[in-house]
Amino acid sequence: MNRNRNALKNGIRDGFPIALGYFAVAFSLGIVARKAGLNPFQGFISSILNHASAGEYAEFTVIMANAPYLEMAFVIFVTNIRYLLMSCALSQKFSSDTSLFHRLFVGFGITDEIFGISIARVGILNPFYNYGAMAIALPAWAAGTAIGIIAGNVLPTSAVSALSVALYGMFLAVITPAARTDKIVGGVVITSFLVSFIVSKIPHLAALSDSLKISLLTIVISGIAAFLFPVKEDSEDTTPSEISSEVTEHDA
Amino acid sequence: MTHNIYIYILTAAAVSFLIRVLPLTLIRGKIKNQFIRSFLYYVPYVTLAVMTFPAILTAPQIPLAGILAFITGIAAAWRGMNMVGIATLCCAVVFICEMISGYIL
Repeated sequence: MNRNRNALKNGIRDGFPIALGYFAVAFSLGIVARKAGLNPFQGFISSILNHASAGEYAEFTVIMANAPYLEMAFVIFVTNIRYLLMSCALSQKFSSDTSLFHRLFVGFGITDEIFGISIARVGILNPFYNYGAMAIALPAWAAGTAIGIIAGNVLPTSAVSALSVALYGMFLAVITPAARTDKIVGGVVITSFLVSFIVSKIPHLAALSDSLKISLLTIVISGIAAFLFPVKEDSEDTTPSEISSEVTEHDA
Repeated sequence: MTHNIYIYILTAAAVSFLIRVLPLTLIRGKIKNQFIRSFLYYVPYVTLAVMTFPAILTAPQIPLAGILAFITGIAAAWRGMNMVGIATLCCAVVFICEMISGYIL
């Protein structure tokens, strides 16, 4: 029980900067939602259920276009397909006896950032860590959207601009230490930066949606890396012990 | 015909939910296949890397601020700074950088 409480606390702590970043990003998303004709309540509902920046942006453009419902389903599927990969990766962080309830709720709470911090945990993932992060980050996301719809452009541009890199700073905090300790991960990360940059400069590829690009690049680069550098069976990341996860919940 | 906004929102929510939840509920236990295990081991790092770069360059108003935030973030993470500190540092770099450029330009 105590371990769950610690995990929850750690989740809230790590979720706090995410919540701040979310609030700012969702605020600007609210401006788009307003254009699509959503009222603050609808914006809040949309964000608490979907909580996906690219996905919701796409959602609002579909609403704006008054397109068929089927198109909405397709657009959301494509823009959010990376969550499918993240969900696969997270399934390997769970202990195999994790209940359906925990699987459903942790899955529901997957976002780029929550995935980023939970995959960085050492050992088996305690669902309560995710609940802690979700409890603070998702309401901030939804509130940001609603307030963005109400208030429009209140934050000065310089503040929005500065806050816009907070999320990337968090991503770097996850990948850099891993790239430092594992040379192959380091090479894979640098390759990812380069390929992603090159793709953004190639006209036809750059026209693809961000989410689709991210998904395609992830599949291709990870696939090649897995083929060239298979991870050994005894890697600590893939066979974590109960003990190590207990330690992290206490000393973090 | 006009569509109902709530049905739009619920359609989007349902699809998002299924995408997020299906692998977690269907994949129980450890995957034995070495290729898939290796693939999933690399996925988080590749995803986060391609989401960060070059998007971090276009997020601020001037790309130079993004480059500096990118370098600062990596350097700070390399030296073991925590996540909150790195995020704050990146924001500060962009803020200061844009303030200075405002005076120069």
